[in-house]
Amino acid sequence: MTNAALTKKKRYTQSLWVTVCSLFTAITVGTLLFLFYWIVVGGAEVISWSFITQMPEQNMTAGGIWPALVGTVYVSLLTIAISVPLGIGAAIYLNEYAKQGRLVRLIRLSIRNLSGVPSIVYGLFGLGLFAATFGFGRSLIAAALTLAIMVLPWVITGAEEALKAVPRSFREGGLALGATRWQMIRQLVLPSAIPGMATGSILGLARAAGETAPIILTGAAYYLPIIPHDIKEQFMALPYHLYILATQHSETATVRPIAYGTALVLILLVILLNSVAIFIRNYYRRKNEWL
Amino acid sequence: MGIKEVEPVQINVKEQFEARVSESVRDVFQVEELSLWYGTNQALNSISFSVKEKQVTAIIGPSGCGKSTFLKTLNRMVELNTNVQTRGSIIYQDVDVFDPKVNLVELRSAIGMVFQKPNPFAKSIFDNVAFGPKIHGVRNKKKLKEVVELCLKRVGLWDEVKDRLNDSALSLSGGQQQRLCIARCLAVEPEVILMDEPTSALDPISSAKVENLIEELKELYSIVVVTHNMQQAARISDHTAFFLHGELVEYDRTDRIFSNPQDQRTKDYVTGRFG
Amino acid sequence: MRLPSLKTNVESTQSVVVTKQKLTQKSFVTNLGDYLMEKLFLLLGTLAIFILLLIVGFLIREGSDALREVGISEFIFGQSWYPSSSEPRYGALPFIISSVMVTVGALLLAVPWGIFTAIFISEIAPKRLKEMLKPVVEIFAIFPSVVLGFIALIVISPIVANVFGLSNGLTAVTAAVILSVMALPTIISIAEDSLNSVPSDFKEGAYALGATKWEVIKNISLPAAKSGIIAAVMLGFGRAVGETMTVLMAAGNAIDMPIQHFLGLTVPDFLTSVRTLTANIAIEGSDVAWGSLHYSALFVVGMILFVITFIVNLIADLLINRQRGALRND
Repeated sequence: MTNAALTKKKRYTQSLWVTVCSLFTAITVGTLLFLFYWIVVGGAEVISWSFITQMPEQNMTAGGIWPALVGTVYVSLLTIAISVPLGIGAAIYLNEYAKQGRLVRLIRLSIRNLSGVPSIVYGLFGLGLFAATFGFGRSLIAAALTLAIMVLPWVITGAEEALKAVPRSFREGGLALGATRWQMIRQLVLPSAIPGMATGSILGLARAAGETAPIILTGAAYYLPIIPHDIKEQFMALPYHLYILATQHSETATVRPIAYGTALVLILLVILLNSVAIFIRNYYRRKNEWL
Repeated sequence: MGIKEVEPVQINVKEQFEARVSESVRDVFQVEELSLWYGTNQALNSISFSVKEKQVTAIIGPSGCGKSTFLKTLNRMVELNTNVQTRGSIIYQDVDVFDPKVNLVELRSAIGMVFQKPNPFAKSIFDNVAFGPKIHGVRNKKKLKEVVELCLKRVGLWDEVKDRLNDSALSLSGGQQQRLCIARCLAVEPEVILMDEPTSALDPISSAKVENLIEELKELYSIVVVTHNMQQAARISDHTAFFLHGELVEYDRTDRIFSNPQDQRTKDYVTGRFG
Repeated sequence: MRLPSLKTNVESTQSVVVTKQKLTQKSFVTNLGDYLMEKLFLLLGTLAIFILLLIVGFLIREGSDALREVGISEFIFGQSWYPSSSEPRYGALPFIISSVMVTVGALLLAVPWGIFTAIFISEIAPKRLKEMLKPVVEIFAIFPSVVLGFIALIVISPIVANVFGLSNGLTAVTAAVILSVMALPTIISIAEDSLNSVPSDFKEGAYALGATKWEVIKNISLPAAKSGIIAAVMLGFGRAVGETMTVLMAAGNAIDMPIQHFLGLTVPDFLTSVRTLTANIAIEGSDVAWGSLHYSALFVVGMILFVITFIVNLIADLLINRQRGALRND
């Protein structure tokens, strides 16, 4: 084969594979756009202020999704209230106190494994421990505790990233002035890490809000058109509501528009939370010169 | 009384110098057979010498000779690295700093430190200086203000920042930041100040300001300064220690180190033949 | 008089000189506070270990009744699951096979899809396009699984029914398709990380020898990132096998063995309704009576699931560490 022919063949192979890669990337983007398009078009017809703020009526065939939205907000906030202090504490230990060694490797291994445990297994665990053994029953608190354990690996990882972004020189400067380790952490490290931790926490919140499998077992109610006012009550939740409307309802065709609307509200909620998290991250990144 | 107005006292400089470096001056540190390892790498090998009170001691040597490590060992900041092992002793105030009973908070309050790269906290100028006194229990607002003003005057920064004490310290220039870090260190009322190449990240004018400041400060503090700049060591220090490959090659009065070194390696280094 | 002395102007300290006593005396209150904080953080730090142990211990404790009564081999090899019958049967083999089928099916789609996309983002796309594509992958990752399940139900399932001429489009194939979307962001982001971690001097050396871009990708980048890419596939497997809502909504959930006989061979039937391990827990877990044998049996199913994902994630972990180690040593 001549040199020119060889080069031509090379060029041909190259463009073939580059085309393949581009094509798959285009499918990825296309799929995402399609998903949005389908949900937005389907949901836009029913979504309105009253759809969001009204109780469901006539066995969910009419009315709105207010209790499901409130239930999701409640369970997510409760989840974060439990997991964020624990996660930040664990991250502080790993990043500020721990010396590299066997214990730290074991902790990191556990965190990675926890993040790989299927959500339904968390659900089973929560059902057995919080609902049955602790006697909370299927309830808001049992679901929140379950979700809190599930998002814990993510919260820890996020908080650790925030701590790592704080320059080492702050810590050295503080310790060299005779600060104790806790004074140094409390007064120098944490104030600079809080925006990053807030970002991580809100991302955790978004995960908790979209999660369904664990709450099916631990507290979500099929149809309960009231706002829960105690953490030991069951609750409705947007993702579970969508599941019910889509597959479990006796008249799935009738409630289809409501299902679209629920899906759209859920997507918007999750995107809103993520946007807020990203906004906080970027805002503080600009503001702090050391980052 | 501000620093600017201070008249240098006219006494016989040479006489004063001789008096200061004479052996009768109290030792602030007595380093004995100090060795240090990072894991299995030996960074310091059997260092022994004494640091004199209220003088400037310069530590010079090529990069990687262990001079910064030695400095950080004096207030045990070196232990922030993982896997550090030491042997030998550093006697400070009749106490071996490696003694397990030593209170690191007190040790580091008594032995202040200024770093190579200015490292103000992401707080206001005021809060940077007030940080030390606050963590050591000064709560009185009036007293804090006094300390902050005094320390900023001491480093010649007061007139530049007095109208914007609540601005972020990160808004200051590099040279101002370094003087702020020195002020922050003074606010804890240390006896000794350790400086790790304090001017290497600064422009020449800011460097000169910091050098002048060091000369003023030695009236009140014992200062150990690590520098890679031999002219600087010659200008500001009373004693100089030359480190090479983790060993102390020579330690003497600065004028002798630079004019009449005893060791060939010192001679080669100070005349610029290597390093 | 020369410079104002700090020490005489500030009254806060009584003694100017640091005394030996002061140096070696630790303040009880300060130290107790610091000590307690350290122990508190140690406790929080080790929480992850305790939780993992608690989950394992709890699955074993709650599952032990069923394990004793039914036996592990019946769970793994038994072909029928009739928990509410008067003679209950607890064979989880159909669920295991269904889980594996759906997951492997999903990976057959998601692996080429994800890896080619990762190659494009990491190696081919210009910088600005790269910056635009990264958020796309991140948005995929935040899509709630229940919404994807809903899409599978209303979009994919009718298509599958039409194409294959089925009366019901809720089949293993439907679940595999939607599950591939679920596993996609995991595969793309891990594979991309792995490709990005290949040092640029590896590539520059090859370019200097006149290699084309694709030759560099094929001969340098992909082999160097091999472990990481396999890890991406493993993590994608773990993600897919543990996914509940999408398969619950898309796979139809019939409890029979998903097999057919073809030319005398027993082969998996992708065009039938299947129920995965995860789906079975979700369906039966919400109204099972606490403490019953059925309840205990569900924990055994959870245990099987846990063991599968644990092993898969562990292998992925080892592979990622191996690539890091290999690239560091070179």
